[in-house]
Amino acid sequence: MQFGLNLDAAFSALADPTRRAILARLALGEATVNELAEPFEMSQPAISQHLKVLEDAGLVTHRIDGTKRPRRLAKEGIEAMDQWLEMLRKALETNYNRLDVLLAGITKNKQKRGARR
Amino acid sequence: MSKMTLKTEGDTHVVVTRRFAAPPEAVYRAHTDPELIRQWMLGPEGWTMPVCICESKPGGKMRFEWTNGNGQGFYLTGECLEVVPNRRMVHVERMHLPDPTPDNHVEATFEPDGSGTLLTLRMTLPDAQTRAAMLSTGMEHGMEASYVRLEGILQPAAV
Repeated sequence: MQFGLNLDAAFSALADPTRRAILARLALGEATVNELAEPFEMSQPAISQHLKVLEDAGLVTHRIDGTKRPRRLAKEGIEAMDQWLEMLRKALETNYNRLDVLLAGITKNKQKRGARR
Repeated sequence: MSKMTLKTEGDTHVVVTRRFAAPPEAVYRAHTDPELIRQWMLGPEGWTMPVCICESKPGGKMRFEWTNGNGQGFYLTGECLEVVPNRRMVHVERMHLPDPTPDNHVEATFEPDGSGTLLTLRMTLPDAQTRAAMLSTGMEHGMEASYVRLEGILQPAAV
């Protein structure tokens, strides 16, 4: 399976609260650096630096609109991360489904033993 | 089936929840009795756990060894920190691949949920980078340890 992005970079990018907040804001729609900087007590260059990490990780993209460069979520990157987490969930489920069967066995044996008493 | 959830929390946590149709006593036993652990904590088909040590008491040792029967394998070591029988177990663990991964602090709680059990695994990694590494590449080895060889799961032919 190809994820089309560097998952290491993507998860590292997510490991910062400011960057997660930026993603949460962009989930509501496109925004400029100015708009993104507003809710944070941070300089524009600091926000730009975070945006660069997010863009390099394939999670955010931009378009050029005159002098502005509005940012938005990179759908592909976000979906790839989602797929990856979904796969981890499935891997875990393999074990837990096996445990379900085992537990059903344990519970049944207990009932049998209880009935005999 | 979407009985399970897996999500990140804050900068260093990963939280997994799963419901089981058996009482907490049984789910707890399946997580602490070596004879039971080695029957389910295996990952993809073909993997077995020839060695399983799990001393569920404070200071108790844990060691799980997996093999695929073709010379591939790895192991996990850990120490048990706190135990409330049938309700809670806290331990630290690390995978040896063969180099040890950073310690993963795992709190497992077994709560009654109707006639069943809600299992919550709250994992704490040393820092955000380690969690990122675990989630992006190492998790197939790094979690409860058995989700080994993800590629086996990824390739439908191998399942």
